[in-house]
Amino acid sequence: MTGLFSEVFLSALLFGAVTAAIPLLLAGLGEQMSEKAGVLNIGIEGMMLAGAYLGFVGAFYSGSLWLGFLTGAAGGAAVASIMALLCVRIGLNQIVIGIALTLGLEGLTALLHHFQFSRSYPRLPAADATVIPLLSDIPVIGPAFFKHHLIVYLAVALVFGMSYLYRRTQLGLNLQAAGDKPAALDVAGIDVIRTRTIAVLTTGALAGLGGAYLANVGAGLFIPFITNGAGFLGIVLAMLARGRPIWVLFGALLFGVCLSLTTAMQVAGINIPTDVIQMLPFLAVMIMLVLFGRRASLPAALGIPYERGAR
Amino acid sequence: MSIDTAPTASALDATSGAATRRDILHRLLMTLGPILAALVIAGCILLAVGVDPLAYYGYVLEKGLFSPLGIQQTLTRMAPLLFLAAGLIVAFRAGMWNLGGDGQFLLGAVTAAASAPVFVQIMPAWLALFCAFLIAMVVAMIWSLVPALLRAYQGVNEIITTLMMTFLGTSLANVLVKLVFRDPSTTVPQTRTLPVEDRLPRLFETTITSGLLLGLAAIIIVHLVMTRTAFGLKLRIVGANPRAAVHSGLGVPGLTIAVFAISAGLAGLAGAVDIIGVQGNVRADWNPAYGLAVIPAVFLARMNGFAAIGFVFLLSVLSIGGESAARRLGVPNHFTLVLVSIVLIVLALAEYFDHRYNQSRKA
Repeated sequence: MTGLFSEVFLSALLFGAVTAAIPLLLAGLGEQMSEKAGVLNIGIEGMMLAGAYLGFVGAFYSGSLWLGFLTGAAGGAAVASIMALLCVRIGLNQIVIGIALTLGLEGLTALLHHFQFSRSYPRLPAADATVIPLLSDIPVIGPAFFKHHLIVYLAVALVFGMSYLYRRTQLGLNLQAAGDKPAALDVAGIDVIRTRTIAVLTTGALAGLGGAYLANVGAGLFIPFITNGAGFLGIVLAMLARGRPIWVLFGALLFGVCLSLTTAMQVAGINIPTDVIQMLPFLAVMIMLVLFGRRASLPAALGIPYERGAR
Repeated sequence: MSIDTAPTASALDATSGAATRRDILHRLLMTLGPILAALVIAGCILLAVGVDPLAYYGYVLEKGLFSPLGIQQTLTRMAPLLFLAAGLIVAFRAGMWNLGGDGQFLLGAVTAAASAPVFVQIMPAWLALFCAFLIAMVVAMIWSLVPALLRAYQGVNEIITTLMMTFLGTSLANVLVKLVFRDPSTTVPQTRTLPVEDRLPRLFETTITSGLLLGLAAIIIVHLVMTRTAFGLKLRIVGANPRAAVHSGLGVPGLTIAVFAISAGLAGLAGAVDIIGVQGNVRADWNPAYGLAVIPAVFLARMNGFAAIGFVFLLSVLSIGGESAARRLGVPNHFTLVLVSIVLIVLALAEYFDHRYNQSRKA
């Protein structure tokens, strides 16, 4: 048990937590944007898988991680464009299409991987970390938080960027209005469909980036179904965050710690089934919901397709 | 909270029983046409990866529909899907989103798998299976109690809570299999196996489990309760307009809890029927995720029980036929997922255009 509290162990645990949290953070931020604009994006798991697969393929063939992130984000956005077309423009049921997209991308990415690599799982070289001087010298916290790939810092910066976007910009207001009172936004002369399309595409790109991070940096390889519910966790995070990007960050870190604990405990040789530890984050959130039981504040028009002149 | 207007709009018109023959023909065309289109799209994907689509579909049809063994497997697969669909119809018509079907399904499956082999040793087989079904149902109902209470009394969104509970339930089911109900006589982590002769009886001289009849009964009863009884009407009013329901003196919290209990109970029964009828035991990490695939099917059926039977049949044909076609042609089994998802999307699109066409004709 003494090994459990050693400096090295703790900083490895926290390092793992950050690595596990980043895909959830990106997915959660993306989902939050769609939800603000009134689109419940259940297909986010599928978008992450597309991002993970294309991100891996991009990085594998080009040898550049950044190109991988780019192809991953593009892949997520491509899937999101189907969702935007079907759910925002045509107004089909968001849950039906979301689930169908998730199922389809689960199958498609597994299929493509099979025909491309058969049963082999090639690895990418380990991502090189950007070490932040001074800060990284702090014991425990330094190696855990300040020795990551550059994209990690960008993802965290994005949280503050999003906060600014929602609070201070016209686009942020438009997004909020598209989710709460789309008709009012329409009257103000702003295209609701276009606002929502932007939101959905951004969601897809962020989810795709999250997937690409998961495959390229987190795992270093692509395996079918690699997201393993991360997209659904993103949905949960977005709903719990009540519209605040910073809460998505905290939530993602909480989940990240629990996920990291799973591997850390195995390394430390503590014999608790991984399933028990995997239950921790969900248990934590359920307990929070039971204790505080506050109304989750969701946009009024969430999930309702907008049609000009209807009612 | 209403995420979608579609279920509420169709929830109150329960006149579907009075469909004329032309309507049925129309619906049949509107179903078969899109499926054909979906097969063409999926065929293009097969061509792209270098597999002959005609050979693939040939196997799907042969194995899922036309071979005696295949159709028996297809009908067997329908049993748990029908129970899940029945549970979803109750929840969706009442305007509630039970997205936790997979957790409820697995917990029902695990408790049925753990209890049935014990019961058959101490009581007559029919009573033992009945008790196992009962336990699965009650466990799933209890599992849905937290989301139900939170939604009923605190207004906490049930999409979050049921999603959370489904993750918890999947892990808990695994823990139960690995630690509590593990069969000590094998090295594989799984529950004790229910002997084949103690499982649900087969129908006639076939391998079709009689669970199919139970599933059909469940979904038809649910359909009739939702469309023909006062209780069903109350639930539909809650679904259409919760505020109006409160004002008309309905006990909304009580009804909410009842909806969750019925919906989850049916999902638990789905797990039990799959175990007691087909699988015989639960292996660790087993999660067929039927619940997820059934959700869009129920929507496309517009929460209509009879239409849902048709969609569940289609889903079974695709999944059984796809599994064996994949084995024969060296395509990974995952292609079935792609096929199912394209069919769902194209059907949803066709549904939309049909609706638009009808509206423009009326106007």
